[in-house]
Amino acid sequence: MPKQDIPSYFFADAYKHFEMNYPKFHKMDNLSKLGLIATDAAIKGNDFLQRNKPEATAVVMVNKASSLDTDRIHQQSINDKNNYLPSPATFVYTLPNIVIGEIAIKHKLTGENLFLVCNEFDAQLLIDQAQITFSQETRAAICGWVDYDNGNADALIYLVEIADDSIKNTNFIPLNATTLNQLYK
Amino acid sequence: MEVFTSYHNIISPLGFTTKENYSSVLADKLCVKTCRYGKLNEQFCLSIIPDEQLNVASRQIKDALLYSKLEKLSILSIQDVLDRSRLSFSDPKTLLIYSTTKGNIDLLDNSIKQNIPKERAYLFSMANTIANYFKAVNRPLVISNACISGLIAIVTAQRLIKAGQYENILVCGGDLVTEFTVSGFKSFNALSQNPCKPFDSRRDGINLGEAVATLLITKNKNKLERSAMQIVNGASANDANHISGPSRTGDGLFQSITQTLKNNKIKIDTISAHGTATPYNDEMESVAFERAGLINIPVNSLKGYYGHTLGAAGVLETVLTLEAASENQLIKSAGFSEMGVSGKIEMITEHKKANINTILKTVSGFGGCNAAALFVK
Repeated sequence: MPKQDIPSYFFADAYKHFEMNYPKFHKMDNLSKLGLIATDAAIKGNDFLQRNKPEATAVVMVNKASSLDTDRIHQQSINDKNNYLPSPATFVYTLPNIVIGEIAIKHKLTGENLFLVCNEFDAQLLIDQAQITFSQETRAAICGWVDYDNGNADALIYLVEIADDSIKNTNFIPLNATTLNQLYK
Repeated sequence: MEVFTSYHNIISPLGFTTKENYSSVLADKLCVKTCRYGKLNEQFCLSIIPDEQLNVASRQIKDALLYSKLEKLSILSIQDVLDRSRLSFSDPKTLLIYSTTKGNIDLLDNSIKQNIPKERAYLFSMANTIANYFKAVNRPLVISNACISGLIAIVTAQRLIKAGQYENILVCGGDLVTEFTVSGFKSFNALSQNPCKPFDSRRDGINLGEAVATLLITKNKNKLERSAMQIVNGASANDANHISGPSRTGDGLFQSITQTLKNNKIKIDTISAHGTATPYNDEMESVAFERAGLINIPVNSLKGYYGHTLGAAGVLETVLTLEAASENQLIKSAGFSEMGVSGKIEMITEHKKANINTILKTVSGFGGCNAAALFVK
């Protein structure tokens, strides 16, 4: 998937476009904002969440850069012993699975979680990992590639569910600056 | 299909093998020590593997200078398990899963001179470097899911083997003590300056610790080690409540436990808890245990010995508990003297023998995540 340099107003515009109405959004780091927007884009206009119980819905995410974008910000705050200001508001986002936590909180999803790191987008890996969570309880999964690194944002969400005893995949458009611009038209 | 735990290794300040670690723990030795650390030279209680010990052990590593501290520790740990199990990553049915929260995050600190390419701060790059050392045919799986990473790596291994994709999976978990993590947890006021006290009324925070642990998960009954137990089931669940504090009613952990024990009406002989020694975590865990009906079951936390080893914790604590269970040994919960949580739990207050046929392991982490797994002889 081609990476795109995203403009600084990307998140604010996407937030308005998807009518997110979620004040916590503005305190999040770039990775969590990207994950939330991509998930909202995927579930908007379909009843995936209504069809599947919260405790039966897993969230499986993968990326290449883990939380390095925010890690660098935290590192910056501790480089100079004379200006040493680590902040809990930043540090909490130095774990990539926080994006899963934010998605879980917003959509009240209490199912399985898994965050993987891989050097390239691998759709089969995501689907395999989601499928092995399917068990007595888990019947659906929000799977995503959500990557933010050096100003580049890259996201794609798959919705996977067991319907009539077969696995059904629904994938959505990749979310980057180009596709978001197309949505505006 | 039955899936088992098998050969294992722990590397910590207490030693470079599980055996050394186990006998040191039974002798009440702690890894965590009060020391001065970081650019501000403040006092902390940390568990750090001394460079001298690592340098001696690293003589076994071909071209050791090419590898970072965490990579060397991981290579040594994995090598121990490969040697004893006589497995090889050149076998397409054998996989490496690596569990870590921060990997080579020390590479971000430009004040530390290291001859390691900065690109190795990417977790996949570090894992590939380790896998390539062993000429692995399969790309390693990297799990980075806060403090539950190690246990969900073990559960993922069991699920992958059951799904028929692999026969053997080595799960390796590792994390370092770094200024990055120490400063971050300090900003949360989450650190104790003394050896931590899980579940105790005077607990006042965690100790950070570094370690690497490796556990072989396999379906091959001819590859089983003395401490082997069946991994019957495991599950994870999110609180969907707060990203840095656990649910007061322990919802996610309760769900993880009940899912794990569903269809397994079995008596739990001991619980290896997460027990980080923060006021909130330990209280939440006790509430979840009581809600799940796990009253009067001997509980410990190993973090009084090792500190919180983040990505290594789930693997290290499982390995040590398996080793102890093979000798029907309950390990005292170090740092505990007076009950400080409201859930009815029974703490292990001295090393003692007991019939241990089943183990429940629990973990929780930032992001509202929780997990549990059940092991049976």
